Amino acid sequence: MCITCGCGGDGATFDAGSHDHSHDHHSHAPGVSASRIVEIEQDLLSKNNAFAENNRQRLAARGCFALNLVSSPGSGKTTLLVETIKRLQGRLAVSVIEGDQQTSQDAERIRATGAPALQINTGKGCHLDAHMVAHAMERIPVPEGGVLMIENVGNLVCPAAFDLGEACKVVVLSVTEGEDKPIKYPDMFAAASLMILNKCDLLPYLDFDVEAAIAFARRINPGLQVIQLSARSGDGMQEWLDWIEKGVVSAQATRPASGYVRVSGTSARFHR
Amino acid sequence: MHEVSLVESVLDLIEDSARREGFSKVKKVVLEIGQLANVEPEAMVFCFDVVTRGSLAEGAQLEMFPSPGLAWCTTCHNSVEIASRDMHCPLCGGYALQVTGGTDMRVKAIVVED
Repeated sequence: MCITCGCGGDGATFDAGSHDHSHDHHSHAPGVSASRIVEIEQDLLSKNNAFAENNRQRLAARGCFALNLVSSPGSGKTTLLVETIKRLQGRLAVSVIEGDQQTSQDAERIRATGAPALQINTGKGCHLDAHMVAHAMERIPVPEGGVLMIENVGNLVCPAAFDLGEACKVVVLSVTEGEDKPIKYPDMFAAASLMILNKCDLLPYLDFDVEAAIAFARRINPGLQVIQLSARSGDGMQEWLDWIEKGVVSAQATRPASGYVRVSGTSARFHR
Repeated sequence: MHEVSLVESVLDLIEDSARREGFSKVKKVVLEIGQLANVEPEAMVFCFDVVTRGSLAEGAQLEMFPSPGLAWCTTCHNSVEIASRDMHCPLCGGYALQVTGGTDMRVKAIVVED
């Protein structure tokens, strides 16, 4: 049984061992049959949101800045992560949770940089949920005063609805896609705090209209921040690294006091 | 198809309720789905039939009613109704809208048999 939640399996698999316990849902013995209405009034995402809140508290307690990277498949999220980790080496500790339907290729690419990475295979699932991330956080280090990068399943639709406990969703749009993606898939751009326009080194060869893409995205989300970069050439990477470092500073500044510890029969507060 | 996960959440909430309330059969499930909630009602019905098979909600009727999408227009300072996120303010034509309602998905009530 899971330590976090006492759950059964949820279909997702983790690449570092099995997770095959289960529990039975039981029905109560039928009594006298009579129809009645039971008020529920609960959000469909209430369980996910409860796990997300728990993840957020665990992250806050360690002053760890967590990002949920979302995009369509092939936008260059993994390359962006690899290049980001290389540039942050020696400055910030980074752990990575990788979500894909199958294979552990992405986690292997991250591990090659020396950063700890855990692959979640969602099987038929089209997104990560907060429960999967809660378990993943038990299995890789949540770096104190560092960064947890969660690379979601490549999908511009479903991951928008699922809070994982991250500080921000970062949507990656590559310039090889259409500039109208933000209005075609508005929920993702509405849920994100930052949009990264990736592969900008290819702009001279494409008809992609950067201004139009940004205007479409801000039509959906007026407060959306935008960084244009190329993970391959390195142009614009510094702005992204500065953005991350600002997030880490803010995660540390808002870190709660660790709690209380008993010393000689009195309560003494201890700080990080 | 995150509708599968959403319907699994519905079944979870129903099973929690069954443990509390002691019923054994669900005849009807009533959901409120916000117009901006990124959910396809037809997909919900399809997933509901599949996910509830063999559960206490097998064969139950799924009823969904929409709640309107609402937004605050930061240009003309009015609360307006919108059908999608890619809409301008129906009053002033501006796009600076902050969504204030219509994103929720709730299980409202269920009709059960003991």
